[in-house]
Amino acid sequence: MNYIPEGLRRLWHRMGSPRWFYETTGSWVPWLGVAAALLIGVGTVWGLAYAPPDYLQGNSFRIIYIHVPAAYLAQAGYMLMAVCGVVLLVWRMKLADMVMATVAPIGAAFTFLALVTGAIWGKPTWGTYWIWDARITSVLILLFLYLGIMGLRRAIERPEAAGRACAILAIVGVINIPIIQYSVDWWMTLHQPATFTITEAPAMPASMWIPLLLNVLGFNLLFALSVIQGTRTEVLVRERRTRWVTELCRQER
Amino acid sequence: MSFDSFAEFFAMGGHGFYVWLSYLSTAVVVAFVLVWPLWRRRRFLREQRGRIHRADALGQQTEAEAHASEA
Repeated sequence: MNYIPEGLRRLWHRMGSPRWFYETTGSWVPWLGVAAALLIGVGTVWGLAYAPPDYLQGNSFRIIYIHVPAAYLAQAGYMLMAVCGVVLLVWRMKLADMVMATVAPIGAAFTFLALVTGAIWGKPTWGTYWIWDARITSVLILLFLYLGIMGLRRAIERPEAAGRACAILAIVGVINIPIIQYSVDWWMTLHQPATFTITEAPAMPASMWIPLLLNVLGFNLLFALSVIQGTRTEVLVRERRTRWVTELCRQER
Repeated sequence: MSFDSFAEFFAMGGHGFYVWLSYLSTAVVVAFVLVWPLWRRRRFLREQRGRIHRADALGQQTEAEAHASEA
């Protein structure tokens, strides 16, 4: 990799150090927490109490302010896990495996939330909690992929082998992400198309989509906060035999 | 404000059950993703400190020290 500048290469190596990650990210946590709480607080109060009701759905549309962030993170979390899988397989970076192990239950939690809020929203809107259409089925498969990766890690005893197996399953499962994305265009479905696209302005007034944007940003920060905290714990668990973790255990109350 | 009274706000035009059940399930998931890493950390520190104290009390090397002297 001689074509990569020296400084960048050194940063890459340092980032791969679990100890460097642990010591660097500790000070980020309170800032992430405050920013996430502010964004989600304003977005949710605005969305629940101040945004105008939808002319067709009435007030049940307010579920959008949590359903869209949850569905977005369900997929973004999976992509993060797959990217970590590539980094683990190609560069053997231990930290990537720790992030991958941490993202699985958090991503699964948001996938579960996307399915639950979608089902609840479906009842007043489509008249049913559940329907086996392409969008909902492919998101259910996403949940099973997350659970499968968690189970695979528990089933394999040697951590290196478990990491590689999870990486391969995560990468193969990426095929499901474009299926989720395009399912509303490819197949007949009850599900509405995306609210936000890069190419067009949202088809709703600003007083409706600004709180949605705030909540999407806020839930992203919440996700980052949770993944960072989880990875910090994972670093301690896997590095417990090192001197620095022993010292840390002695010092922290 | 989209509602004239608190009662109207809770009723959500007849969709209160669906809206509030959604937000309640969100609160549960948010609590999980915030608490789970910290709970795991606390459990690890407690167990690891116990291991270190036992090793200290017996005058034995901790795993880390054994690891360092091997290297």
